[in-house]
Amino acid sequence: MSAVRLARACLAASRRPLPLARPLHTTAARSSDALFVHRDTPYNNPQIPFEFNAENLKRAQEIISHYPTQYKKAATIPLLDLGQRQNKGWTSISVMNYVAKLLDIPPMRVYEVATFYTMFNREPIGQHFVQVCTTTPCMLRGSTEILNTVCSHLGGIHPGDTTKDGKFTVVEVECQGACSNAPMFVVGDDFYEDLTPESSKKILDAFASGKKPKPGPQSGRQTSENSAGLTALTSKPPGPGEFCAEEFR
Amino acid sequence: MLRLSSSSSRRLLNAASSVVRTVESRGFATTGARRADITLTVDGKEVTVPQGSALIQACEAAGASIPRFCYHDRLAIAGNCRMCLVEVQRSPKPVASCAMPAMPGSVVFTNTPLVHEAREGVMEFLLANHPLDCPICDQGGECDLQDQSMRYGSDRTRFHEIAGKRAVEDKNLGPLVKTSMNRCIQCTRCVRFANEVAGVEDLGTSGRGNDMQIGMYVEKTLASELSGNIVDLCPVGALTSKPYAFHARPWELKKTESVDVLDAVGSNIRVDSRGVQVMRVQPRVNDDVNEEWISDKTRYAYDGLRFQRLTVPLIRQGDRFVSATWEDALNAVAQGLQASGAKGDEIKAVAGALADTESLVALKDFINRLGSDNLTTDQPRGDEPPVHGVDIRSNYLFNSTIPALDKADAILLVGTNPRHEAAVLNSRIRRNWLNTQMEVGLIGEQIDAIYRYDHIGTDLKAVDQFVAGKGAFAEKFKAAKNPLIIVGSAVAEHADGAAVFKALSTFVQKNKDRLLTPEWNGFSVLQREASRTAAYDIGFVPSTKSKGVKAKFVYLLNADNITPDSIPENAFVVYQGHHGDAGAELADVCLPGAAYTEKGSTWVNTEGRAQHGRAAVPPPGASREDWKIIRAVSEVAGVTLPYDSILTLRDRMWEIAPSTVKYDETEPTTLDISAAGLASMAGLSAGKASGVPFRKPITNFYQTDPISRASVTMAQCTRSFVDQANIADDAKLAAAQTA
Ligand code: SF4
Ligand code: FES
Ligand code: FES
Repeated sequence: MSAVRLARACLAASRRPLPLARPLHTTAARSSDALFVHRDTPYNNPQIPFEFNAENLKRAQEIISHYPTQYKKAATIPLLDLGQRQNKGWTSISVMNYVAKLLDIPPMRVYEVATFYTMFNREPIGQHFVQVCTTTPCMLRGSTEILNTVCSHLGGIHPGDTTKDGKFTVVEVECQGACSNAPMFVVGDDFYEDLTPESSKKILDAFASGKKPKPGPQSGRQTSENSAGLTALTSKPPGPGEFCAEEFR
Repeated sequence: MLRLSSSSSRRLLNAASSVVRTVESRGFATTGARRADITLTVDGKEVTVPQGSALIQACEAAGASIPRFCYHDRLAIAGNCRMCLVEVQRSPKPVASCAMPAMPGSVVFTNTPLVHEAREGVMEFLLANHPLDCPICDQGGECDLQDQSMRYGSDRTRFHEIAGKRAVEDKNLGPLVKTSMNRCIQCTRCVRFANEVAGVEDLGTSGRGNDMQIGMYVEKTLASELSGNIVDLCPVGALTSKPYAFHARPWELKKTESVDVLDAVGSNIRVDSRGVQVMRVQPRVNDDVNEEWISDKTRYAYDGLRFQRLTVPLIRQGDRFVSATWEDALNAVAQGLQASGAKGDEIKAVAGALADTESLVALKDFINRLGSDNLTTDQPRGDEPPVHGVDIRSNYLFNSTIPALDKADAILLVGTNPRHEAAVLNSRIRRNWLNTQMEVGLIGEQIDAIYRYDHIGTDLKAVDQFVAGKGAFAEKFKAAKNPLIIVGSAVAEHADGAAVFKALSTFVQKNKDRLLTPEWNGFSVLQREASRTAAYDIGFVPSTKSKGVKAKFVYLLNADNITPDSIPENAFVVYQGHHGDAGAELADVCLPGAAYTEKGSTWVNTEGRAQHGRAAVPPPGASREDWKIIRAVSEVAGVTLPYDSILTLRDRMWEIAPSTVKYDETEPTTLDISAAGLASMAGLSAGKASGVPFRKPITNFYQTDPISRASVTMAQCTRSFVDQANIADDAKLAAAQTA
């Protein structure tokens, strides 16, 4: 995790106040090399064996069969996803090598894909992967507070960190497409929407105690319908044939 | 003139879908149908280009120069640098001309304010993350980014980097390519080259956006015989040459056009020298031979020219060499010849791989004048007449010629590993294999090829089987329209050589309609030594009579691949050459000759193409051009050769073998003569099959001759690519050295 910490340190460093003489915006200078080059570590090296279990292998073959044989490599992303799921939520170098072998393509082609997509975690993560959306709509609806709440509730960790007990990893993510129910975060595969600091804490506590809270809007409303009550389509919908001439009823 | 192969237009069409092709996905396209021409207007000028050309090619054809970084006409199109923007009428935005097919009737402008502004903008973005380290960058003076920013960029910066520029870790690609990845502009030329041409599919891009970087993700070296070419391709100083690092600036170098002699391809090179030193070797474009690639040995073995050189004549006294004057040395040779009492075939000449044609002719004349026919080469079985004979050129030439490799649709390799014997030629096989449904079959030791092949077998039995039409590959070969058989030079050195040539030439005779037509000659021999073709051309081969005669006087001309036991004890041995290698060790007298960069000489490549090598630097010390040495020896030996200048010597070459002075041409053998050649081989008596498998003649690509054996760079390559030394250790070592 030192890589992540390093990146964060750089982020923090670049947040120092700038002299306002020039209206200038910079992006954080991140030390990207640690993230986009693989280095063997005791927990992540090509000697660690990885293979699909029987069930995943069957699914993998089913996925591969969707594509013409010479375009087998099109299955790279779904297979990496399968691998990541089987490998406790992260894509180790062995997972990538295995997928390359399975698809009969050079390993670098798989590395390229796995490093391109941020949803492939190339470092181990905690049991529950909390992705807090901080893109504009969520941010306008208070995602900063949600993020801070999540971080402090999990023991004062920072985005990118894993809690000491290995239960939670928190990251910031870009728009998840649930803006109408902002703010939101994702835990594992489920969306938790319409969050408040309180409901966020409740959800985290539930996960910590091994329960699985109900996904979806936490405000009680139905999906993304108007939270202040319906303003249109309030009358009873006409039943079938209601306004038809007699003979057509 | 616009050169546009059908494959490049095909590449254009494929480019969008697959920037980087993998082994598995060979394109579907087969023979490129000839496309119609289209006409468009560029800067008010009408141009006609083949349909499927990129717009950038059309602009070039119209004489407009378009700046570019990622586009390269021998690689797939990536379209990611955006430097080539041009304005097209009725298109709302400037378009990237390299990624845009030329359309009939379109009106293109390359010199409008919009285009200027677009280029300036792209330049500004490229420079935003590019370090300002030109003074300490080896690319300085030949950097596309430098040149184009002078020409198209803004003259001041608006970018004030408070948070610093992007920083990328350097990669360790091995002893040849030095990286400075901060400078990379992500044009992906190196990636495309490695994947398409060199066939090492380990190089790629990792990460994305601002974090994208070029590398292999895991730590390993770029193990390819062609890796040096990415140094040339890199438009900036991200990839530079490690051995050449900080040695010279391009404007200090004298450039001499020459040919490479470290294999038999005859790659065209440019020797860059400063003073008396060769500083580097660069490729020169020749579409018929090496296109614009050269192998790493060609490029990097030049430091071997500085070490282990023979610079003064040496005479053996007891167990050591004493330096001598030319006069003494020549007299010593004459005396040695006399004292040895050698008569007739007891006088033996051995020519090595680096002997130029002029000195071969001179040596042959000299030895003949002494009454001997014992002219041998230093390859295994070099002291017997070659099985294929030398009377008919097509029996030992690469008859199909190198460009024809793009047209073949089935290739059978016999006892050869083109990857090591002719690395550049091998990349053509890969290209053909990638772009078409061409099939490769191999008889001989398994090789680590850059294409997939059917392994038919390892010995004569497999040849017989193939010839009998048995096996899957034989079937494919039968169906091919342009089948090609490539026989390695090592086959002729093999115990079953005669049987192989007999079987294959009978096969070619039987399938004349496909293998030997006015358009196609499908029987090729791949030589691996630069001097071999010339030696055969001029008849530098032993007679049947001379075989087995115990020599009393041996003249080694650049012969360094000999084994000591091939030289009889008590024989008087003269070594003429430029390096103190295996040959010089055996000598009684050493005469220092010139290396290929130090003499104007003729080299005949495996196709029979005669090319000029030119002197870039003077020979060191007292060494002399080789033919002059032989001329001088002949005089003291009392059989003066009748030529005093290189021109009269070349007249003599014209008399013996006109093809050796018809420069830059391959002279195709006529059908009748080829057929006669085949008939002569088909009539060989094969003897009993030994059943010994065909071995690869080259075990270490990086060290095959005295120059590359003396080269430190090649020794490092051997260490990291052949011995697979751990690169992590190397990195630690380098760190320790700099600390
Ligand atoms: S290293 Fe050079 S050739 Fe490779 S992508 Fe970067 S700039 Fe292009
Ligand atoms: S902005 Fe958060 S889900 Fe779209
Ligand atoms: S040259 Fe056209 S985009 Fe790079």
